[in-house]
Amino acid sequence: MPSIAENLLGLIGRRVIPLRKDIHDASKIINDIFYWSCISPFKGKPIRFKASIYEMVKAGNNAVPIIAVISLFVGIILALQSAYQLKKFGALIYVANLVGVSITRELGPILTAIIVSGRSGSAFAAEIGSMKAAEEIDALTSMGINPVRFIVVPKLIALMVMLPVLTIFSDVIGIFGGFLLAVTALDIHPYNYFQQTMNSLLIKDIMTGLIKAWAFGIVITAVGAYQGFKVEGGAEEVGRRTTSAVVSSIFLVIVFDLFFTVLFYYFT
Amino acid sequence: MEKAIEVQGLVTHYGHREILKNLSFTIPRGMATVILGGSGCGKSTLLKHLIGLLKPTRGEIRFNGQDITGMKEEELNEVRKKMGVLFQGAALLNSMTLADNVALPMREHTKLKESTIQIMVRMKLELVDLSGFENLYPSQLSGGMKKRAGLARAMALDPEFLFFDEPSAGLDPVTAAGLDELILKLKDVFKMTIVVVTHELPSVFMIADYVIMLDAGEVIFKGTLDELKASDNTRIRMFLDRKPEREAYSPEDYFRIIAGD
Repeated sequence: MPSIAENLLGLIGRRVIPLRKDIHDASKIINDIFYWSCISPFKGKPIRFKASIYEMVKAGNNAVPIIAVISLFVGIILALQSAYQLKKFGALIYVANLVGVSITRELGPILTAIIVSGRSGSAFAAEIGSMKAAEEIDALTSMGINPVRFIVVPKLIALMVMLPVLTIFSDVIGIFGGFLLAVTALDIHPYNYFQQTMNSLLIKDIMTGLIKAWAFGIVITAVGAYQGFKVEGGAEEVGRRTTSAVVSSIFLVIVFDLFFTVLFYYFT
Repeated sequence: MEKAIEVQGLVTHYGHREILKNLSFTIPRGMATVILGGSGCGKSTLLKHLIGLLKPTRGEIRFNGQDITGMKEEELNEVRKKMGVLFQGAALLNSMTLADNVALPMREHTKLKESTIQIMVRMKLELVDLSGFENLYPSQLSGGMKKRAGLARAMALDPEFLFFDEPSAGLDPVTAAGLDELILKLKDVFKMTIVVVTHELPSVFMIADYVIMLDAGEVIFKGTLDELKASDNTRIRMFLDRKPEREAYSPEDYFRIIAGD
């Protein structure tokens, strides 16, 4: 009969030992992604440029409509909610500041990242997972082609480029949403709103948002690839891994957001 | 008989379970070797070790005298360029056309001009009777056509060694026989060393020059086809005569099983 202490240690062990393998697998994927995207291009193994463009179209261009609609709505909501408070002080014009700063610094990048996690993070995990289940990954390896270089690196390049681009787009549309509401429902003069936005926005605000977006792109690709390569069985596991890819990439995006926000708060 | 591949003391585990138990054999050059065995005997695992996808716990696998088990990825890739593999489900990349699939190894590993690659692709597809299907996607093909396309891709770099994982699995007898004939043709024309993993007896009788039989992770037979047919080992006879395995339980054992204790 094991003692309570032994049971407790056993319990911790059962939780921690599988985690160790997960950490090992995750660091291996991150290491591979880093090697095949940053080091091997200088060793004569170029990045697949055409495939990267194709991924950019899939992950970036095709996400434009949904990001446009959501950013527009969020811009309108934000303007309405801030007007609700600001009109008590007769400071309605500051709606422009609030919308501009919160969208560029925070909401633009995070909304974009969450939409891209849902669209592309899940697609990456499902694609890699079903390739694994159909032995396509083994086939690539047996042809002497590294699967990370062949599949993951073009996706990484695509998201590193497209996430900041989509974020700029989301910023513009979001601010435009706020503007629309302000000039119609709040009776603010369009020129005044425009001037107020221009005065409140700093290059710093936009840049920090873009740096975040760039980092989110890496997080989403890495999580999607990690979950995809973890698929061992068949269709059911592909589904499970796809779900966890979306959940964990949204979670990690928010963790990284917190990290960067704290960093920028103190160091810019 | 010249050695092409030499396996020595190969032991491998999945978790704590021992799958391959100290295998040693050689695969002769320029012949068709069949690795035969029932389901779950470890033959697919063995194939994955031979093509370098899995690393064994112990033992050596030598291609032309070079041990691949301890190799770094880059060195292993050099050996892999001399291998072609046809996977069980053909494993064509679904996002690419047939032509791109066949061209893939050439584009990745050679500096040939695009026009040359196109000609080579047509040659390879002609070899497997798939001319005119260049621009189709794998999902538009039948099972037999996929396998032949997979074979064209495996042959893309004119490999020295060609591996087949259950080539006739999931095919009707006529299509399977066609594929077997193709394998024979490749062996005779290109003098490749061919390794086929299968449990289909008609295929074995048609293509095998040399047979290695596995049972429960051990080699129970190695020799020519005639020696196999003449063997009086019970396991081999059961396999060749298609006899089902009878599990003899004592009444006590049976009671224990159904009582779930």
